[in-house]
Formats: sequence, structure tokens, C-alpha cells
Amino acid sequence: MSSGSDELKDLYQEVVLEHSKRPRNYRVVEGANHEAAGHNPLCGDQLSVTLKLDGDVIRDIGFQGQGCAISRASASLMTGAVKDKSREEAEALFALVHKLVTEGPESVDLDALGKLAVLSGVSEFPARVKCASLAWHTMRAALAGHSEAVSTE
Amino acid sequence: MSTFDVQQVRADFPLLRQEVRGRPLVYLDSAATAQKPQAVIDAIVRFYQHDNANVHRGVHILSERATEAYEGARETVRGFLNARDVREIIFVRGTTEAINLVAQTYGRKHIGAGDEVLITQMEHHANIVPWKMLCEQTGATLKVIPVDDRGELVLDAVDALLTEKTRILAVTHVSNALGTVNPVKELTRRAHAKGIPVLVDGAQSVTHFPVDVQDIGCDFYAFSGHKTFGPTGIGVLYGRLERLEPMPPYQGGGDMILSVTMEKVTYNRVPHRFEAGTPNLEGAVGLAAAIRYLRGVGLAAIAEHDRQMMAYATEALEAVPGLRLIGTAREKAGVLSFTLEDIHPHDVGTILDREGICIRTGHHCAQPVMQHFKLPATARASLALYNTREDVDALVRGLHKVREVFG
Repeated sequence: MSSGSDELKDLYQEVVLEHSKRPRNYRVVEGANHEAAGHNPLCGDQLSVTLKLDGDVIRDIGFQGQGCAISRASASLMTGAVKDKSREEAEALFALVHKLVTEGPESVDLDALGKLAVLSGVSEFPARVKCASLAWHTMRAALAGHSEAVSTE
Repeated sequence: MSTFDVQQVRADFPLLRQEVRGRPLVYLDSAATAQKPQAVIDAIVRFYQHDNANVHRGVHILSERATEAYEGARETVRGFLNARDVREIIFVRGTTEAINLVAQTYGRKHIGAGDEVLITQMEHHANIVPWKMLCEQTGATLKVIPVDDRGELVLDAVDALLTEKTRILAVTHVSNALGTVNPVKELTRRAHAKGIPVLVDGAQSVTHFPVDVQDIGCDFYAFSGHKTFGPTGIGVLYGRLERLEPMPPYQGGGDMILSVTMEKVTYNRVPHRFEAGTPNLEGAVGLAAAIRYLRGVGLAAIAEHDRQMMAYATEALEAVPGLRLIGTAREKAGVLSFTLEDIHPHDVGTILDREGICIRTGHHCAQPVMQHFKLPATARASLALYNTREDVDALVRGLHKVREVFG
């Protein structure tokens, strides 16, 4: 059992902080053909995801919005992870990340997650799972062509 | 003034005697819900162990005792607010239900298309949404008294906003998001000068200083049991008798009627007309115990403790680099809302939580005032009579830790 301080370090790893301060792909994708908005009404977090789907492959993806360090870092990491991936691969990554943040690092193959493994600390903070998953749900909604805003509630 | 010993007060609250996450609990979220003194917990247990029965119905001894406890609680609340008449006290589920009751009874009867409902920019959702719903139902318009950058109401705008179309002014006594204490007596005077009734939302005020509804002069006053060191699911609507008497019923059911035939229903008198169904008996008993507890400590002493703690905490927080207080009104009570550089309040809240410190983060169900300050959220430390300077010191240490993590 790690102490509260260790858990904090797990949550706010360097990579997480760095992505939150300088999020990658923080932009509207030019020529995007899919987009969706996500909202966490209890926090007030809001973000939008735009992406360009070429056949079955996500050629480009960006996000914009406001939220905490965890939600920004997760969004930034998500855009990096699913770029140039097929729909199916993106869905598979979503499933893995969801399992990681809800059930913890022991529940998934961390190697398959690559950089996304830095989100493993979230599972110790149930109140923050929604922050980490918002961008992923929004990405899925964009892929599915949903026009209604995604809500984590 | 009675002597106020915060350590003695703390000893009355069993929940505070615990460690969380390996550290002594620092509870700074009483504006969300307050902790309960042993006296309240005991009163509820005692009621269930000895007196529980339904009220106003039974001919047996237990029903008599329960009725006495419930109606006794009403008298306790009357005294607490200094209402003239016990019939002016209606038990509801909380502040939210109290405001909905007024909107859907008084409002539906007296407010129609083209009329205006006046609220303020700093209301929490409970004093916005019921009025917005009423406006949608009736075609009335919602008007808003603006807030300045200190978080005070722009009083110069009030007289122009109180027009011949205004049918009610609904205003919070203390802002849950900013801590601002509004001049409700003055606002009531100005509204009444134009014949406009006033509802005051007291959810955040009754635990911080004495409230006298006759002195304020308002027509309605609402507060919640759980923020007043009592149980959840109980709250109070005070209404001036002359306002309540002609108001149509709220919900239909048992106890709010005098007689029912399939042809005709005769409604009960005030306040029972507004209390359909079996009421929250243990809630009323617990709330009365909470009020007795507050009176025992002394509301004037509590107000002085709050004043000193607010001054201490304001100075301590202002010394934290990068911290910006949101809401710097000249009159404040119980609430310190802030941002810390560009660190999101949720991250602040999570790190403080690991230090055993409970604060609230988010929009505090008061999104319009957050929009005024162009913020999605703030971190909020809220104080009650059991908070100490040590709690504030722990908060400040925690905030330095937040800064460290975010380097």
C-alpha cells in the first residue's frame, strides 16, 4: 500500500504535468470531417475533438477546451496515441485506457499502452476517472458521428 | 457575550475526531454540508428509540409524543428566525424545495406573461432554476442584478431593475461561491417601497450570524437543515402569514386537506396546507436539536468567531504566492473562494485531499457568477464554528504542497 504522497506522485507524474502544461495537438484540425463536444457537468470541464478520418484511419486529430491537469494531459496523450490508427485500434486503446483508469495498472497489459501507461495513477483517485476519460469518450463520439455533446454524467 | 471555546465546540462533533489519509481531518466544506454535533445525533436516536409514530393522526401516546416533537420543532424554528407566528414556518426538504414551493404556488398565482422576476448574478442554481422554470411556464422574464468585481451587488442598478412589472425579488443572504453578505434589509426596503415581495435564500447565512426575519422584513426566507448542523432532507420556508394564507397548495396528499370527497377537496390551514404526506419527523427533531445547540453556543459568539476566522484566513491565503481570492466584498461570511495560478481547482482539491483537507472545487452550482469572473471553477474553503486557525494553517501548507507538485 503506497502512502498518500506516493499516490499523488503516481497521479501527477512528470509526463502528465508536462502534457497538461503543453498539450499536443491543441487545435482545430483543418479539413476535419468528424467532431464532437464533451462535457463533464459536475466539474464544468468542456472540450471538443476534431478529426480527419481517411477511410478507416484517423489521419489527424486535435482537441481544445478547458479542464484540470488530468483531463488536459489525457486529451493530449489521446490525440498522440490514436493518430494514424484505425477506428478499431482507437476503440481498442479506449477500452484499455478505460480499464486502466477504473481498475488499475494490474488489470491491463501496460506495454500495449505505451505512453498512456502514465495514466495508471488515476485508478487510485475514483473522483478523477471522469477527468481522464472525457477526451476518450469525446473521441469515440466524434468517430461515431454523434452530434449531441457527450456527457460523463 | 458567552465565552466561545472552539476546542470545546470541536469536542461536540464526533466526526471531526478522526484521521483521514493518515492525517488529522481538516474539514473546510461546511458550505456544502455541515457536520453534526452529538446533540443532534442523540436527538434523532432518542426519537426513534422512544417516540416514533406518525403525526397528526394517531390517538395513541406515541403519536401524541411525535406530534409534540414535530410541532415543538416548528416553534423552535420560529424562535430561531424570530417569526411572529408559528404558522409562518413550513417544513420542506431543503432550501431548494422551499424556493420551488414559492415559485410554483405564489409564483404561478401572481406572475404571468410580461411580468418580471428579479434575482441576482450571484445566486446558486436553487435560486435561479425554479424562477427560470416559472418564467418558461408563464411567459415572465428573468432579470438579474449585476455583481461587481469585488463580488458585491451593484446597488445602483437595483432601483432601475425594480419596475412596475417586477413581481418578486429573490436574493441570497450570503453567496455560497463568494461569501458576500448582501444587504437584504435594504433590498427589502427598496422592493417593498414599490410593493414588490422579497424572498431571501438563507442557505448560507443562518449558521454564521443571527437572522431576524421581522427585522429584515422579507416575505419569504428559506434555509436547509443539513447546512445548519441538522439532518439532510429537512429545511424551512418562512413566509409572512398574509402571504401564505392566500397561496394555493403545493403538493397534494394526506395532511394538507381538511376533507376529501370525490367531488370536492377542502384544503387544510397554513402551514399544514404546504406539508403533504408524512413529514420528515426525525429531520424536524434533529433540526430543532441543531438550533438548540447553536443557541447554546450563542449565535453572537459564533458570528464573532466567524469574523475572526475570516480575517485570519483571508490574510493567510493572500500570502500564498499566486493565490487570487474570488469575492472580496467588504461584508463576507464563512466562504473563501480562490484560484491558484493556472492550476485547475480540481487538481488543488485532489492534492489537498491527500493531506486530509476537505474543500470544495468546481462551480459551486453557481455557474452565472463563475461566468462573471470568467472562471470555470474555483477552490472554496468554507468555515464553520468548529474551524480553527490550525485548520487554516494546514490549508496554507497544503497549498504550498500544490505549488510544489506543479513546480
